[in-house]
Amino acid sequence: MTLLGRWWPAALLVVLVLVPFSAVPVPGLLDGPLGSPGTLQLLGLCLLYGALATGYDLLLGRTGLLSFGHALYFAAGLYVTDLAMLEWRLPFAAAALVGVGCTLLLAVLLGAVGLRVSGIGFSMVTLAFAQAGAILVSRDPGGLTGGEEGRAVPADLLPDGLVGIQNTATLYWIALAYLVLTLGVVHWTVSSPLGRVWAGIRENERRVEVLGLRPYGFKLVAFVVAGGLAGAGGVVYLLLTGGATPQAASSDATLALLVMVVLGGSGSRWGPLLGGVLYTWADHRLGDLANSETVAGLPAVLRVPLSQPLFLLGALFVAVVYLLPGGLAGLPARIRAGRRAAGTGSRAVPGRTAGSAAAPAGSGPASGAAPGATEAPGAREGSAV
Amino acid sequence: MDTVILLMCTGLGLGALYFLVASGLSLIFGLMDVLNFAHGALLSVGAYAAWWAAAEGGTGFLAAVAFGTGVGTLASVLLELVLIRPLYSRPRDQILATVGVGLAVPALLMGVWGADARPFPQPSALSGTVHVLGAVVPVNRFVLMGAAVLVLVALRLFLSRTRYGLIVRAGVEDRAMVTALGIDVRRAFTLVFAIGGAAAALGGALAGLYFGSVNPGQGTGLLIFAFVVVVMGGMGSVTGAATASAGVGLVQQFANYYTAAGLGDLSVVVLLAVLLLVRPGGLTGRLA
Repeated sequence: MTLLGRWWPAALLVVLVLVPFSAVPVPGLLDGPLGSPGTLQLLGLCLLYGALATGYDLLLGRTGLLSFGHALYFAAGLYVTDLAMLEWRLPFAAAALVGVGCTLLLAVLLGAVGLRVSGIGFSMVTLAFAQAGAILVSRDPGGLTGGEEGRAVPADLLPDGLVGIQNTATLYWIALAYLVLTLGVVHWTVSSPLGRVWAGIRENERRVEVLGLRPYGFKLVAFVVAGGLAGAGGVVYLLLTGGATPQAASSDATLALLVMVVLGGSGSRWGPLLGGVLYTWADHRLGDLANSETVAGLPAVLRVPLSQPLFLLGALFVAVVYLLPGGLAGLPARIRAGRRAAGTGSRAVPGRTAGSAAAPAGSGPASGAAPGATEAPGAREGSAV
Repeated sequence: MDTVILLMCTGLGLGALYFLVASGLSLIFGLMDVLNFAHGALLSVGAYAAWWAAAEGGTGFLAAVAFGTGVGTLASVLLELVLIRPLYSRPRDQILATVGVGLAVPALLMGVWGADARPFPQPSALSGTVHVLGAVVPVNRFVLMGAAVLVLVALRLFLSRTRYGLIVRAGVEDRAMVTALGIDVRRAFTLVFAIGGAAAALGGALAGLYFGSVNPGQGTGLLIFAFVVVVMGGMGSVTGAATASAGVGLVQQFANYYTAAGLGDLSVVVLLAVLLLVRPGGLTGRLA
């Protein structure tokens, strides 16, 4: 439409690249001014999780595979890279290659087994594999993974430009580059013929089979691409936080990714990114809220739930599932649809609500219009390339 | 020899715990296609309610277990009516809603009673040991096994002898057909949730006995192995779940003892992978 409507991602990217040079304070939202190392690290983590959620949505929103084990590939990239540097004394670049390579191999192997069952069975199998990974990491076999403590990255093997608090800006740019890479890969694959088959599998797997295509191979490719992206994310995480910790492998990490994607809007181009950024930011700020004096002064009925970030996130998640089926990314379309429904008068409404007698009368028109409205950007995406 | 007996009893006791969680999961999944991630939370609710009744309320063990099971059942019915029922037309969102509950409830328990494990009061009649073929086995293993067998028999009787059992079995086979015949499957949904919640909460109360304490993360830890059991047993099959839970419990205990600790948990997952490669439909393939 307008120039801004078409080029806002590029404009946003320029702004994000320039953030480390700014010293604008953002009171309330962030602790320090924009360019300070602490803020840059938080922003880097936000971008990293935004990218991870975007990669995870390749499975959930694009192919319709509900994987509960995505953290495994993130943790594999993280730990293998760290261990390749610690144990084999490889330089960082080589270790990162080894890490991503091993993650891809792991995704091929486990995906080939897990995809033999479909639907919910697949979810449970991926969950079980991820749990095995989490157990392996926390049991510390042969002193390799460092158990609960994790292992710090050896600073002497990192390039000089990546070590130290004065180089946080570089790490932030690396996270931004990873985000751009992920968005590019996801956009490119989704708009390729491969991506159309994925969309077909998501909508109706049986029909894809009837068309003479075997969904298994296509699903495996989606699984491996998403796994590889997560592995690369693990490498970026290693740089950002300076070590590998077992929390990265826990099943909570996958659930967090799931919450991010659903919060932002699964299957949309910007939704998972938005969800990942918001979740990571909220996770940090809610921790501060839990320890703040205002909360400590509240009566127990309010204090106990507010002091548990996981409770707040879980409740928020349930609320989003209920009230915002398309996530935050579907919000503008829902508002527009709501306005249209109000504008066309009451004539159309009774007809629709009569058709879906089970749905509550108020949500009938909105939920009926939302899927169509969220489908439209996807269709444009496909035809634009 | 006595080590083998002890390991067998412990493995079967653990398997019984898995079965109590997995039977409800399997039925709920078979009938409603809902993977209930809040099932671990239900177990935790049952465990904490039983602990609260026994430690704070000062009731006897049996009353505490009954109280825990009751509270868990109530929570389960509430979960179905308030959260799952409005989402019948959106199957994936049902799973996501249970994920949210599964995150929020343990966090709430942690907020109220703290993150540390609370010691579960052991009744003197059940805290001793018995001698089985020369092995010294804690009594609570047999309590768990007895409870699991009881639940299994009750479930089989319910499924095969009662009218609602018939509806549940038919619903697992083909839900659309049952609805088309004019039967309100939704009541069966609530019923299955109640049964599943009761079994899980009973499991939670008895887990307090087995582990000697309750903590907020217990349910989630058990839930993952219950998922493995459900997949292995064939989804929707109660008998399959029973066989698989005994197998998983035994493999885990033996592997943990004879190899390095932690390898047992891993070997269960390897077992799952092998089974899926050989028989993608699970042990039984289909229901009952």
